[in-house]
Amino acid sequence: MIPSAIGRWAWTSRRETDAAVEWSDEALVTGVRRHGEASAIVELLTFTRGRHMGLVRGAFSRRLAPWLQPGNTLHVTWRARLEDQLGTFSVEPLALRAEALMRLAHAAFGVSHMASLIRLLPERDPHPALYRVCQTILDTFEDPRDAAILMARLELALLSELGFGLDLETCAATGGREDLIYVSPRSGRAVSAQAGAPYADRLLPLPTFLLATQIRPTADEIAEAFRLTGHFLSRHIMEPRGFALSDARAAFIASVARQAQ
Amino acid sequence: MPRAVAGPEIERLIQLLSRLPGLGPRSARRAALHLIKKRETLMSPLNAALGDVLGKIVECRVCGNLDVRDPCTVCTDAEREAGTLVVVADVSDLWALERSGALKARYHVLGGVLSPLDGIGPNDLNIASLAERVPREGVQEVILALGATVDGQTTAHYLTDLLRDAGVTVTRLAQGVPVGGELDYLDEGTLAAAIRARTPI
Repeated sequence: MIPSAIGRWAWTSRRETDAAVEWSDEALVTGVRRHGEASAIVELLTFTRGRHMGLVRGAFSRRLAPWLQPGNTLHVTWRARLEDQLGTFSVEPLALRAEALMRLAHAAFGVSHMASLIRLLPERDPHPALYRVCQTILDTFEDPRDAAILMARLELALLSELGFGLDLETCAATGGREDLIYVSPRSGRAVSAQAGAPYADRLLPLPTFLLATQIRPTADEIAEAFRLTGHFLSRHIMEPRGFALSDARAAFIASVARQAQ
Repeated sequence: MPRAVAGPEIERLIQLLSRLPGLGPRSARRAALHLIKKRETLMSPLNAALGDVLGKIVECRVCGNLDVRDPCTVCTDAEREAGTLVVVADVSDLWALERSGALKARYHVLGGVLSPLDGIGPNDLNIASLAERVPREGVQEVILALGATVDGQTTAHYLTDLLRDAGVTVTRLAQGVPVGGELDYLDEGTLAAAIRARTPI
């Protein structure tokens, strides 16, 4: 069970002897790119060091190839002569989920989308909260609705970690905390039903499950949540970088919606 | 740096050969020396063959295969089952399946798999031509012969969605124990897939 494994492996050690740097951590595989014939540059989200890349030799061997699939959790040791080098990873599996994720359409699309979200983070910048959310989502993919709820929360958390967090606690117009049902598409702040009524056609609906975790949302509310997060992801993160929201995101949302019918 | 032992033309040949898959600088040097020694029987025909292929190679407009004619040899083979279409990521996968001799079907080469991290979306692959081809050629079964990787299977799910209303049976390759594989050495995912796909004896 991965959530309980966090902590057990969430230690890092650093050894600097003879100008060599080495540390170990728990990490989630997010991408693998072939480098030469037998090696790969592997992209990971580590628990304490954020997004980190490194070379894995023999990455396409029968032993390593199944481990180095997006969605798997590994115990990794990174070594380099200098801190700012690419370095090499040696890896051991902690949780191999890729096979289970590949079987389910929404899970396969979800993992691809999650990996593309993680890639938006700056390298070597720790985001332990996002790491925890990702691990929880990966252990929840069997249930498409739960996975979708967590994915929408991950997108909100990512916006927050990148400095564009939405304020869904108080009404932008009145300061009240009750009856918040809209979000301003410009400011990203919640708006109450009364204050937002005259502008309802221009405001984004705020699904209540984003405010309270115990509420079980409908399929429409989940779709509204993705419309909300998609708007701010596009506006603040993707468009300034010249990107569009990934096809995997659209496929994940469509797959979840299809299964909810 | 080691001193050059041959002229620049030969050094360039070695350098180019070392870029081939499976060859490093040392094996490229051996291959170059072998070619030089067998100039008449090997180097000259190889040179002619390379020139021929270079001048004639084309991408098949039907399936995306690489051949010296368009439509390619596979697409024009009348003995192949017209009702079965095998979708592969790359020409190397087509060649691998043909080596196995397991089926006599037609192929469709996607030119890769979906990969959001590498910025490869549906428009970068031969997916639109697949959607047009399936109804046009009266295909009854589409076999998705894509890698057992997250990207490969994401592509498989995408194509399954795309062909949902095309009235074809969509299948994919089984996953499990490889020939010569011992259970003790298999990863948990492969073993789980093998158990799920077990067959009666």
